[in-house]
Amino acid sequence: MSAAKNKRIGAEAVEEKGWWRAHKWLILRRISQFSILALFLAGPWFGQWIVKGNLAYSYTLNFLPLTDPYVALQSMVTGHLPETLGLTGMAIVLVFYLLVGGRVYCSWVCPVNIVTDAAGWLRNRLGIKGGSQLGRSTRYWILGMTLVGSALTGVVLWELINPVSMLHRGLIFGMGMAWTVVLVVFLFDLFVTSRGWCSRLCPVGAFYSLLGRWSPLRVLAPARAACNDCMDCFEVCPEPQVIRPALKGEGKGGGPVILSPNCTNCGRCIDVCSKEVFTFGLRFNNLVSTASLR
Amino acid sequence: MIAKTPKSGAARRQFIFDSAKMVCGVGMLGLGLGLYAKQSKALPALALRPPGAMPEDDFLGACIRCGMCVRDCPYNTLELAKPETPVATGTPFFNARNIPCEMCEDIPCIKACPTGALDHSLTDINKAKMGVAVLIDHETCLNFLGLRCDVCYRVCPVIDKAITLDMVPNTRTGRHAMFLPTVHSEHCTGCGKCERSCVLEESAIRILPPKLAKGELGRHYRIGWDEKSRAGRSLIDESKMLDLPDRLPEGAVLPGHYDPASGHTESMRGMPGSEAGAISSLPPGLGGKP
Repeated sequence: MSAAKNKRIGAEAVEEKGWWRAHKWLILRRISQFSILALFLAGPWFGQWIVKGNLAYSYTLNFLPLTDPYVALQSMVTGHLPETLGLTGMAIVLVFYLLVGGRVYCSWVCPVNIVTDAAGWLRNRLGIKGGSQLGRSTRYWILGMTLVGSALTGVVLWELINPVSMLHRGLIFGMGMAWTVVLVVFLFDLFVTSRGWCSRLCPVGAFYSLLGRWSPLRVLAPARAACNDCMDCFEVCPEPQVIRPALKGEGKGGGPVILSPNCTNCGRCIDVCSKEVFTFGLRFNNLVSTASLR
Repeated sequence: MIAKTPKSGAARRQFIFDSAKMVCGVGMLGLGLGLYAKQSKALPALALRPPGAMPEDDFLGACIRCGMCVRDCPYNTLELAKPETPVATGTPFFNARNIPCEMCEDIPCIKACPTGALDHSLTDINKAKMGVAVLIDHETCLNFLGLRCDVCYRVCPVIDKAITLDMVPNTRTGRHAMFLPTVHSEHCTGCGKCERSCVLEESAIRILPPKLAKGELGRHYRIGWDEKSRAGRSLIDESKMLDLPDRLPEGAVLPGHYDPASGHTESMRGMPGSEAGAISSLPPGLGGKP
């Protein structure tokens, strides 16, 4: 028992599938995160202006506008409409995340994800357990508060303290004391609450989860019958509650598709599963198995 | 509907308590944020917004903190506020004493703005109102000390309109003139080149927000000479103006004595108290302050 407890998450998968296939999605995700950052940094660091701006709004190759719909929405509830480029950028981003899943932003783009993943990894290695309990719905309350608050104060409220934009803007436009906010998020995730920031508090993620409510791109567990209950996927997942209905729901007539909008499509469960239970696919694959059950 | 079992009652209680917990916790966070937002509206006097920026109250709602204006400014004038800067985090500003606005004719910062935070209808940079220059310290300004520094006047992109040198007698020496840099707010864009170039350790001329720099006349005030030039004639019948006798020594004549009834008004020009330039007719060194 103690041997199993001390075993690293995904060790079995590395043995069975090899290191690369047990880390594939993690590596691809890091490449995605760092490439996006590199595109933003190529301008200020090397004078190669491929992308200007930051995650709130960017303009790529003087052609492609991209606007963060959550920031724009806060601005809109204060009574200001963005210009055409801003609105176009917003539409493009909305359509993209409606298709691939809103929280793909969290796991494939957001720079804070690297910080909180590091905190989660370290927390696991140090064996830190427990901590304060914060409901996973807290973020939706904060999301609502920022929108109501923006309307009441006339200020884009969350941007005053948003660690996501502070880190990203800090890297591109000059960090100042923004690193302290990022450090607080890291320490909070490490010592106070497991996956506390991304999975419980962050209203940006909450907003994007609503965007991905009906997105077709999903993680599914088509081979769930092969599950050996090693629990590695639950351990590694930043939102473990999303896995159970798909992985263990067969008896209740549940399909194998992870339908929760809070699945970030990070693909770590696919990586760490030695039985290759999970895969990326489309949500429509859910119908087949439920039909065959009945 | 679900029957009222003790279990559903307990669940409902739990739901209400959980919601109350959230409302209180998040409400406290919201209150703190709201007060912080309120404070962030108090832009420090020396932090200037880019040209075309909305009034501060609107700006903080319209600006999405993307930094496009910062990127497209060719002179690196603008920067985004860092969390420790006393300007709302992530919003663009500049400090004229560090790098002033060069007043580009095509105003690239406004063009880059994806929101209305920088007003796209501003196409003439000379109409920008980033602030108003104020010659704030008359005690250290070299021109007020009687020297011909003139630097703020020379660097002004709207020279002779936004800043003029107004000649007044130097009463300290009694024989020289002082050329006082004088700002005319209707032409000043607040670019800050004067503040940047002031040769003093601390600039004697500074860009202030118009709200701080400007007084405001009562709305019912009418300035007689403006009304007169607009109407092409005096709004009142000057021949019927009552002129009280001036107290003069016996037999003395006061040139320019204001006596509309006598028809001598024209000779008023150039005399003390006239708006048409008090200095030229004064003998050097003899003039007091008009």
